[in-house]
Amino acid sequence: MNGSLFVNFPFIVVALLLALGFYTIGFKRNLIKVVIGVEILEGAVNMFIVALGYVKGGYAPIYTQAPQEAVGKMVLPTPQALTLTSIVIGVAVTALMLAFAVNIYRHYGTLDVTRVRRLRG
Amino acid sequence: MIEHLPALMVALPLFGAFIAPLFKKHYKGVSIWAIFITGISVVLSLLLTKEVVTNGIIMYVFGADKPTLVLPSGYVVPIRIMFEVDAMGAFMAISATLMSFVGAIYSYSHVKKDTGLEKYYALLMLLEAGILGMVLTGDLFNLFVFLEIAGIAGSALVGFRNYRGEASEAGIKYLMVSSVASLMVLFAVGIFYGQYGNLNLAYIAKNVSFNMVDMIALGLLFASFAMKCGAVPMHYWVPDAYTEVPAGINPPLLVATYASLYALFRVSFTLFANVVIDLARVGWIMSILGVLTMFIGVTMALIQKDVKRLMSYHAISQTGYMLLGVGVGLTVLHDPSKLAEFGRDAMAGGVFHIINHIIYKSLLLMTAGALFYVTGTRNLNEMGGLARKMPITTISFMIGAAAISGLPPFNGFASKFLIYETSYRLNPLLTVFAMVTSVLTLASFVKVFASAFLGPPLEKFENKREVPKPMIVAMLILAALCILFGLFPNVVLDKLVYPAVDALINFAQYHSWGGLA
Amino acid sequence: MSFTLTTPSGFWNPLFWVIFLALFGLIAYLIYSRGNPSYKKESDQVRPYLSGNIEPAKEKVQVKAGDIYWGFIEALKGYYKILEAIHTGDIRDYILWYLGVGAIVTFILIGGV
Repeated sequence: MNGSLFVNFPFIVVALLLALGFYTIGFKRNLIKVVIGVEILEGAVNMFIVALGYVKGGYAPIYTQAPQEAVGKMVLPTPQALTLTSIVIGVAVTALMLAFAVNIYRHYGTLDVTRVRRLRG
Repeated sequence: MIEHLPALMVALPLFGAFIAPLFKKHYKGVSIWAIFITGISVVLSLLLTKEVVTNGIIMYVFGADKPTLVLPSGYVVPIRIMFEVDAMGAFMAISATLMSFVGAIYSYSHVKKDTGLEKYYALLMLLEAGILGMVLTGDLFNLFVFLEIAGIAGSALVGFRNYRGEASEAGIKYLMVSSVASLMVLFAVGIFYGQYGNLNLAYIAKNVSFNMVDMIALGLLFASFAMKCGAVPMHYWVPDAYTEVPAGINPPLLVATYASLYALFRVSFTLFANVVIDLARVGWIMSILGVLTMFIGVTMALIQKDVKRLMSYHAISQTGYMLLGVGVGLTVLHDPSKLAEFGRDAMAGGVFHIINHIIYKSLLLMTAGALFYVTGTRNLNEMGGLARKMPITTISFMIGAAAISGLPPFNGFASKFLIYETSYRLNPLLTVFAMVTSVLTLASFVKVFASAFLGPPLEKFENKREVPKPMIVAMLILAALCILFGLFPNVVLDKLVYPAVDALINFAQYHSWGGLA
Repeated sequence: MSFTLTTPSGFWNPLFWVIFLALFGLIAYLIYSRGNPSYKKESDQVRPYLSGNIEPAKEKVQVKAGDIYWGFIEALKGYYKILEAIHTGDIRDYILWYLGVGAIVTFILIGGV
């Protein structure tokens, strides 16, 4: 139990963050808090991908001053590349969402999700 | 040039999108530029389809000259991004480029009174690039990236008219739905990467197995793509987004929704068709979702007073037809006699309905945009008697309404006929729902026609005239396509739809290009 | 090349349909063009008869779009009350529905049913 809990700790944190993210999106009333919820979800998924990339006994693929025993054991940097792409996409999504929130506040006068609902039915 | 077509198809709209903001205030120049670029992409997509239908699946590798390249260390698993174009992808690429072209022509005069048009056309071409990347790719992470591009560009366009608060509300709703769905798709892609060490769709399709983690990934992918294509009960964003978007962007936004439907089919057929112990379960889930979508979509449409909102609820309900047709085919996929009997034709009906629906729904939404352009309102209670003032719009509306209700000889009838006959063989109750939905569709379009076009001419519309020529040209192109596809359905079926259906059914063909361990 | 769409249990040929439609339309037009000798245009015959009352303005008699299918909607009032209550327009409900359906679909696929 000790070993498996320690090794799987990042994944437990990912599950917790996913639950927290969905709770924030689903049950908070302020529009900015809902946007933060989407941010938390994005952080959870990025952490999942980075945590997957751990290879026991692997070395970072940097050739400058590499130690001798790292010759056949360098890992592919794919998960880190995926995470970087995802972070950039998250920045764009957040910026656009907050721009929309600013415009909604200017026209509706409120950021309460239960009152920003003119399109319904 | 032919062998670089898949890369050109994504590179050309991207190039157009980055050049567009340079036309600072020359709105006419940037409109012509957009029409030019989307027109060239239509030609390229037709060339691509001809190539795929005659020569089989096209594999295009970014950064190597052949897909079976082996690294010097002896690492033999495919590690580059590959575009794998089969007949279904080419089919969706044709509809994407055609609808972007029609949308650009329509937007030449529809958004003339708005400012910031260079950003509008840049976003239109970005949206087209996103959709094309989604349907041509053979790599799961690439699918996620293009899905996000299409989502961000689409939602920025939904909130384009930012002098209305409702547009920003619709924009933030669409963006939130799109980003949550895409994040869950990325989670599923991460699950696959962790298990198999590779992101290539063909490699994963060959090695996927039936264990709990893979089924969780399939469930997440299924639900996320179903939300992005507007299946009930996750359809709430569709009316909001389709109402507030400028009417010239409705065609590409519609194709973005159906590109997610294409991704759903790609996941269900190519990735998982060999593994799921009980594939009939997935097929039944799809068919039940389809029937629910159809019925709730059309009954909600009957009570709307806003003309574009009514048409968006119909878009949801027609998505149900596609889900039903392909769901029937998925249910009997592992049963060869039933598959040959009615499964293949059910899938042909569903896939044919995709392009039919895109054509007539774009036509109807553009006529609604024309009504908004002339009267300045979208509320049906305030319109009336416009048939004499806008004759060409009236005729286009009649053709579109007849096509969506499934009246012969238009294109809606051909695909609905296939779906009725084949779903009856699976379960007669499904056909009952489909037919009742057709009747209610006709009822709600009669309501729109009677209140907006028929009736005595009102005084407030005394000096209104027909809409400008580019909008008429766009509507007439689509009306002509409606009539053509309706009069020669078997030509379209043999050349476009049946190759696409066979590409989905023979899912083993997808990973047969020889470079996989 | 034949222009017929064959389905598992039937066929559909739109060109023959259009030819027959044109033929019967022609016959109907020939019957229609013979006319009705007792119809006089531009006389009192063509005005609406409202028991002697004055004809109101056109805006007042137009049937509004929201009232066209009143009977149908009234008959299905229970169903529509539930449906309109579900469509709240609240962004949080959109995501909660997604979670619910995602959980159900994953549960069915894992084999729990």
